Amino acid sequence: MSAAAIELRELRKSFGRTPIINGVSLEIGRGERHAIIGPNGAGKSTLFNLISGRYAPSSGSVLLEGEDVTGLKPFQINRKGLSRSFQVTNIFHNLSVYENIRCGALWGAGHRYSFWHRVGGLREVRRRAEEVMERIGLAARRGQPAGTLSYAEQRALEIGITIAGGANVILLDEPTAGMSRTETAHAVALIRQVTEGRTLVMVEHDMGVVFDLADRISVLVYGEVIASGAPADIRANAAVQEAYLGALHKENAHA
Amino acid sequence: MPSLRDRPVNLGRWLLWGGTVLLFALAPLVFRHGFALTMLTQMGTFIIFALSYNMLLGQGGMLSFGHAVYSGLGAYFTVHALNMIGRGTLVIPVSLLPLVGGLAGLAFGVVFGYVTTRKAGTTFAMISLGIGELVHACVLMFPGFFGGEGGISTNRMVGRPLLGITFGPAIQVYYLVAFWCFVSMIAMFALTQTPLGRMANAVRDNPERAEFVGYDTQKVRFLQLVLAAFFAGVSGALSCINFEIVTDENVSALRSGGVLLATFIGGTGYFFGPIIGSVVFIFFVVALSGFTQAWLLYLGLFFLAMVLFAPGGIASLVMMQVPVIRARRFGELVPPYLLALAAGLVAFTGLVGVVEMVYRISDQSLEPQMALFGIGFDARSPRPWAAFALLLAAGAAALGFAARRVGERWGTIQNQMQEGQR
Amino acid sequence: MEFFVVQLLNGISYGLLLFMLCSGLTLVFSLMGVLNFAHASFYMLGAYFAYQVSLYVGFYPALVVAPLLVGGIGMLVERFGLRTVHRYGHVAELLFTFGLAYLVDEAVHLVWGRAAVEYRIPASLDGPLFRVFTSEYPTYRVFMMLVSVAMLVSIWLALTRTRIGLVIQAALTHPQTVEALGHNVPRVFMLVFGGGAALAGLAGVIGGNAFVTEPGMAAAVGPIIFVVVVVGGMGSLAGAFVASLLIGCLQTFSVGLDWKIFGLNITVAQTAPVLPYLLMVLILIFRPRGLLGTREG
Repeated sequence: MSAAAIELRELRKSFGRTPIINGVSLEIGRGERHAIIGPNGAGKSTLFNLISGRYAPSSGSVLLEGEDVTGLKPFQINRKGLSRSFQVTNIFHNLSVYENIRCGALWGAGHRYSFWHRVGGLREVRRRAEEVMERIGLAARRGQPAGTLSYAEQRALEIGITIAGGANVILLDEPTAGMSRTETAHAVALIRQVTEGRTLVMVEHDMGVVFDLADRISVLVYGEVIASGAPADIRANAAVQEAYLGALHKENAHA
Repeated sequence: MPSLRDRPVNLGRWLLWGGTVLLFALAPLVFRHGFALTMLTQMGTFIIFALSYNMLLGQGGMLSFGHAVYSGLGAYFTVHALNMIGRGTLVIPVSLLPLVGGLAGLAFGVVFGYVTTRKAGTTFAMISLGIGELVHACVLMFPGFFGGEGGISTNRMVGRPLLGITFGPAIQVYYLVAFWCFVSMIAMFALTQTPLGRMANAVRDNPERAEFVGYDTQKVRFLQLVLAAFFAGVSGALSCINFEIVTDENVSALRSGGVLLATFIGGTGYFFGPIIGSVVFIFFVVALSGFTQAWLLYLGLFFLAMVLFAPGGIASLVMMQVPVIRARRFGELVPPYLLALAAGLVAFTGLVGVVEMVYRISDQSLEPQMALFGIGFDARSPRPWAAFALLLAAGAAALGFAARRVGERWGTIQNQMQEGQR
Repeated sequence: MEFFVVQLLNGISYGLLLFMLCSGLTLVFSLMGVLNFAHASFYMLGAYFAYQVSLYVGFYPALVVAPLLVGGIGMLVERFGLRTVHRYGHVAELLFTFGLAYLVDEAVHLVWGRAAVEYRIPASLDGPLFRVFTSEYPTYRVFMMLVSVAMLVSIWLALTRTRIGLVIQAALTHPQTVEALGHNVPRVFMLVFGGGAALAGLAGVIGGNAFVTEPGMAAAVGPIIFVVVVVGGMGSLAGAFVASLLIGCLQTFSVGLDWKIFGLNITVAQTAPVLPYLLMVLILIFRPRGLLGTREG
């Protein structure tokens, strides 16, 4: 049996007495592009945090490619082949663009905590970092401190750090947040390119992006998945329309 | 650090390191006076100490108030080893003793580091303070090994002299220190170019993100601390050889505070920052203390001024000028700088006058007749008070004005430079 | 038994003094996120100012004047120092207070010299108050306890019963909301910092003559108050109270005990200086948020 890339079993998370995730069970297949949508406050980022190890679930389990990774620390889960980006840009602001991406690629190169290798001489790391930098279109900014980039450039760098390690399962948390239409189109093309052959899980509010990229969509409302399936099915699902897309339909009708 | 990039053979870098070797080698020829040589030797030792401290602060983002623990314990182990060489029970060349200190520092780095690096930020700072005080108190508690308040003294002219080097004359000690300082500088610089060094920077900037790219931040901090402790131990050993005595002061909060001051003043954001800071600090401590009782006050004021107005340290002030120099516009900055310098000198004169006079008066055992800058006067009469106070006030006001001019000129240049880039 | 009671009373009076010091530190940390390294320096200034003032007008006016002076200095420090450094982050703030501690130490050296000054207990409070078994318990210690308790009760009342106190309490957790409601939060910060300094100064006034008034006193008590704050839990006043009494008693008792430890050739009294730091390190390892703390600083 080919294990799903990610499997969530009855996942629950409460902060104090406030339940945020109320029993989510989900399977995301390998190579699939999966979008998670839902109204604000539904718990989408929390779900990401549970999968990537930022929080430990109150109950339930997370499986990564068949292996139970529930409660493991973020770096342990990352080493097993899962990498995530952040909704609020989370980069190394004092390091240059190139160095940021290189940090993402370092562990994968296998030198671990080495203090006897010259990092400039690690050819595989250098090649990978250059490649990613080209892909995200920031090669011209390679030496600039990441903190001085524009917002959209920082979002691109955010994605770059996430994919630099060559992870098989990639989680992107609102990658196009705050972007203009052209920047979004750019980002979508980039995301499609870099997740070729890999598993992508994406939280998104921009429906255009969602229906453009996703193979399957899950709808999260008040910490529960109320529907999950192909984009056409989701679009047609009455409960989803009512809970979420309905309001958007009306908005789009006016636009 | 953005100023360090990956390049193959870098001619500039070779020149820089080569120049440093020459500087170290030839400095004693210029500063021949015994006092100056002592100061140079101390600077060399302290440079290693401060660079090791910056491995924690500037590169790892770990503010430690107890770094003297590693250098001091390294010194204690070295002094015992040196005494053992003297008795003939240990046969290693004296010139290799810094390795003994380094290994001792490393060992304690492992022990204490495991405990301290579990947390970061303020908690780390507090724990380092606690361990520093703990070790200091323990040193006084076990006089068998640590010699109590008198410490342990030694004689460095022991063992078989290698190539006729006995370490009797101060110049030989200087060259020993210069050698280890140079080697340590290269080693610590090389460390910044390794995966560990790079990830230490990443952990400093964003520890959470570092976890999400696969690195255990605690392990990164731990290894960084262990390596820093090694070099601190080397510095402690050299201090032991230089002074031929190790006391509880070597592990004291005073020494931990001193290296913090020196590193910060020099600048934590650049590799060479602590080097500058060490030179300035040792100058204050050794040279200035001969001229005035108030040297620590001046140092404190200088440190506070840096924290308030130039938190990047002297190194950042220097490096800030580089893009302006490259754009060949530094000449425009010279007049406001000179104005600020002049105002600063006036204010400084006033300050020195006031401070020294207060000292004179408060110390009942000294006569009120004193001399400053070649002029003699009575510290009890109101005229010098008025004069110096006036100088201080006028100088401070002028400095404020000059600082604004400097700021304006900088703003203009920066705007124009950015325009030029577009 | 007598030893126990006397030492307990001493431990409590010392612990209350420590709490007077630590409460200011904790309030400032809770409110502004700054751990003030120079807090013990305010303690020292309080003692020295009281000494100087009492030379002219006696002890009781000094009891009022000295803390006010120190509080004033505290406000100036916040207004012109901390506020400037605030934008550079917490590390810079910490370093600023660290440098300030150096500076105050040296300034005190400068003005009053390196030797201890003769800051004495006033004659009216000197001498025994009551008997505990066979020893006589000094009046001044009781006075210290009374002043500490009185001051702390008034602080508590001020925080919980007055308007400004409520504003401070609110600003402890939600400074931006409080500012949005129209209160001058920077002024609140200045008041709290000055208040903390004044508290430390008061502790110095009553502690300086009970113990010793010398330039090294800040460096002697400084690390201890950090131990108290860490052990109690950074940001927790209740924790600081418990930890102050705990460490006050620990230090007082351990200095007096001549028992040997586990067959080693050391007595408890000899290890006394180490014990608070040992406690601090253990707490930081096993319970980093302290006894009653809610956050880890």
